[in-house]
Amino acid sequence: MNLAMAVVIVQIAMLLALPPFIIGLIRKVKARLQCRRGASVLQPYADLAKLFKKQPVVSSTTSWIFTATPYIVFSSTLAAGLLVPIFVSQNPFNFAGNVIALVYLLALGTFFLILAGLDAGSAFGGMGSSREAIVATLAEPAMMLSIFAIALTAGSTNLSTIVHKTALMEGIITAPPPHLMALVAFFVVALAETGRVPVDNPATHLELTMIHEAMLLEYSGRYLALLEWAAGIKLLVFLSVIANVFAPWGIATSVTPAKVAVGMVVYVVKVSALALLIGVIESMFAKLRLFRVPELLGAAFILSLLALVFFYTLRG
Amino acid sequence: MSTLLVLLLSCYIAGSVLPLCVPHNSRAQNLLAHGLAGAASLLGIGLGLCGLVASKPLTLSLPSSIPHLEFAFRLDALAAFFILTISLVGLAVSVYAFGYVTKFYGRTSIGVLGALFNGFLLSMTLVVLADNGFFFLIVWELMSLLSYFLVVTEHEKPDVRYAGFFYLIMTHIGMACIILTFLVFFQDTHSFAFSSFRSPDTPLSEGLHTLVFFTVLIGFGTKVGIVPLHVWLPYAHPAAPSHVSALMSGVMIKMGIYGMVRVYFDLLGGQFPWWWGFIILLVGAVSALLGVMYALMQHDLKSLLGFHSVENIGIILLGIGAGMVFHTYGLNEVAALGLLAALYHTINHAAFKALLFMGAGSLLFATHTRNIEEYGGLLRRMPWTGFFFLIGALSIAALPPTNGFVSEWLIFQSLFLSFQLPSLFLKLMLPIAAAMLALTGALALVCFAKAFGISFLAQPRSLHARRAVEVPLSMRAGMGTLALLCVVLGLGPMLVVPLLDRITGPFTGAAISAQVLALDGWALAPVKVEFSSISTPVLGAMLMALGALGLLLAVIMGGPLTKRYYKTWACGLNLSPRMEYTATGFVQPIKRVFETIYQPTVKLETEFLEESKYFIKHRRFEFHIEPVFEKYLYTPIVTYCLAAADRFRIIQAGSLHLYLAYIFVTLVVLLLFAV
Repeated sequence: MNLAMAVVIVQIAMLLALPPFIIGLIRKVKARLQCRRGASVLQPYADLAKLFKKQPVVSSTTSWIFTATPYIVFSSTLAAGLLVPIFVSQNPFNFAGNVIALVYLLALGTFFLILAGLDAGSAFGGMGSSREAIVATLAEPAMMLSIFAIALTAGSTNLSTIVHKTALMEGIITAPPPHLMALVAFFVVALAETGRVPVDNPATHLELTMIHEAMLLEYSGRYLALLEWAAGIKLLVFLSVIANVFAPWGIATSVTPAKVAVGMVVYVVKVSALALLIGVIESMFAKLRLFRVPELLGAAFILSLLALVFFYTLRG
Repeated sequence: MSTLLVLLLSCYIAGSVLPLCVPHNSRAQNLLAHGLAGAASLLGIGLGLCGLVASKPLTLSLPSSIPHLEFAFRLDALAAFFILTISLVGLAVSVYAFGYVTKFYGRTSIGVLGALFNGFLLSMTLVVLADNGFFFLIVWELMSLLSYFLVVTEHEKPDVRYAGFFYLIMTHIGMACIILTFLVFFQDTHSFAFSSFRSPDTPLSEGLHTLVFFTVLIGFGTKVGIVPLHVWLPYAHPAAPSHVSALMSGVMIKMGIYGMVRVYFDLLGGQFPWWWGFIILLVGAVSALLGVMYALMQHDLKSLLGFHSVENIGIILLGIGAGMVFHTYGLNEVAALGLLAALYHTINHAAFKALLFMGAGSLLFATHTRNIEEYGGLLRRMPWTGFFFLIGALSIAALPPTNGFVSEWLIFQSLFLSFQLPSLFLKLMLPIAAAMLALTGALALVCFAKAFGISFLAQPRSLHARRAVEVPLSMRAGMGTLALLCVVLGLGPMLVVPLLDRITGPFTGAAISAQVLALDGWALAPVKVEFSSISTPVLGAMLMALGALGLLLAVIMGGPLTKRYYKTWACGLNLSPRMEYTATGFVQPIKRVFETIYQPTVKLETEFLEESKYFIKHRRFEFHIEPVFEKYLYTPIVTYCLAAADRFRIIQAGSLHLYLAYIFVTLVVLLLFAV
């Protein structure tokens, strides 16, 4: 019991501590690829600390939804993170929710963000909410099918069970082609859900293109800090799912000091590598027009459907 | 238990008669009618719970002088569950109605309205209790007619009359199919008793068996509003007074679900080929997706909710369909799971949909309009209504840890467990249905973000909204009851699952409550513990704790939690409600992406100043989506019927002698047949 408590506390600490680093790393990679020196990878930590110290200005047209949303988004994203095995494959909260619960916890945050975007009464917030709505909607079926295609191999939709079984290579039905297709589909969904290029550009504040940033436009001070932090945690959650479900090797399959230490180091390396990849993708591709996004997510859906077909046919 | 039943029925009967006897005192009539309905509902909750835990069904029978008709009552677990659903919603709606009908004082007779309300609840209770086909048909028709009268309460408005007429026609098409179903059974068993249907001497021939499937699907399908038989629903639900809409959408359409489960699993004993389940699944997926898509384009709050009923019925049918498919392949535990999930969603939908309709009624009460483009900023003016509506919205969008999430999650699991099926086709179709359900869920989230965000947030968009005040206490109490029920059903699945298991156990032959409730009931784990599990109480606690952590972090890192209020930045202009995003604008991207389904027509008329075409004097924007089913399915049928009626007009010459001749000829023909 105490061990489980310790694992949960360390996991919360890592979920809180890592996101600014990941964001900083992506920015650094982009800067380097653009031949700039870029800010330090630790800059996002300083940004967060600064935002927390500032007094927030709240629009006088808003209701309690506006001020409650940052806390709800923060807690729902963090709760989703607790359902993902990070450095220990047997997550203590495995029983509390499977991958569908994870998807719907993130949806809870999205719901309140959409509301908050509408609350201030400016057109920008509504624009962001409306766009976020269509992206989130179209990502959902692809996400569900790709997750299911992965879940089939381990015979479970509980993330910890999938990761644990895959790490130990027991009770797994290996079928690399469907696995790979599901991975690509899930990666596309992850880019869309976390507001990265080519779906959204987190670096822009241009009303014609912004999605996530438009919903946060009226926020300032600690509210903005919490929301930025939550956005980082959401990215980390998706990266953790990709890293641990598709390549669980190195994760601690039992809680011994040595294995846990290795697990932590390997985890940080894995998500950093994925952050590098995202940085490269963001530098290589332009943002898609909003009405081209359905094609991208449609392709992800078809890929995950194919993964399912292949899975069943390859097994005969 | 039989005393409870008799008391319950007499309460409703008193409620349908006494208000008519109190002359010209709206307040007394109101108090009497809704007080009796509330009392009867309390008795109903007791009866439902007793019936669910009872070891064997309660039967009661009164003979009649009409051949084959017997007033037979039977309270088994399925009936008890539906009585519980009717009564829980009935109680909340009765409390709510006490405040809501004050709107009609002096405009319509409260006595009649209250009597019809009680009669409607009574007829629904009798529908689930009936154990004789003939008796069932009578009370079913009674239910349809009483709801029709309630729909046309405001019959002075032409659109209400149209909606009522539409409803009357559609419900009778369904009625005809249900009559046909029971006649098929009757010609086989020569009795209308359900017990004889259950164990016929000779089983139905294959053709008749198939016929029963389709007549039941269409007959009860018109009541539940499956696509394409849903067209009446978005007309009738908004036309009725809001407390009646809450009952119709929350409970009455569930009677169709009751009918389907009763016939397929009980009367036919679960004997059916696999494609029955597949068709139900298909109908469910299509209804769910189209229901929510049309709901998104609605800006009349009550029509929007009406379309959402189509969606949720689709979700329930996904559960039933999955259950039927698994049942035919002998996977009894998963079959029980699908059916259990469907019934769970039934009571959940009853709770949150009635809550949302009451919320819509409160907005109508306060602002006198149903158009959400004229709302705005209502959360500050009506904080309680807003809060309860938000709970309803979170539940219908299936967000954790609400009740909608639990039942949709269970349906997802039953669809995912399809990998055990032997047929490759079904193995692929069920996950696709799950993906459709995911899309439906996401669209429902967007729809309720729209409904809540545009109605309750930002600045008021009209004078009506600016002048709105919070509704009376009884209305808030009614909504609060159901909001509480939503929370309880969400956080306490361990209380609900064992009760539902008593229904699905006998039908599918597998009791699964012990398996589903893992960790002393704190987690739900469908059939295989390692396949998946959730725990809404833990998720709820987690959300609270982590929210507190966020607050704590804000204090630690930023010090005291002060804030400053200032107006929203509007590029230097003064912020006005006209700058806000409208509901139409909000869903425009979705309209554009799903253009093939909506087939929108946009009309833009611009009038320029005479001096220069660079200055616009007047601009008018109109957009409509194509009512595909009405245009391509119903209009041709109506046109054909009218044309046929035109032809037959020749025999109606208006001469008395001719009619006498007709009667004579008919008599002769009948006599010839008799010989």
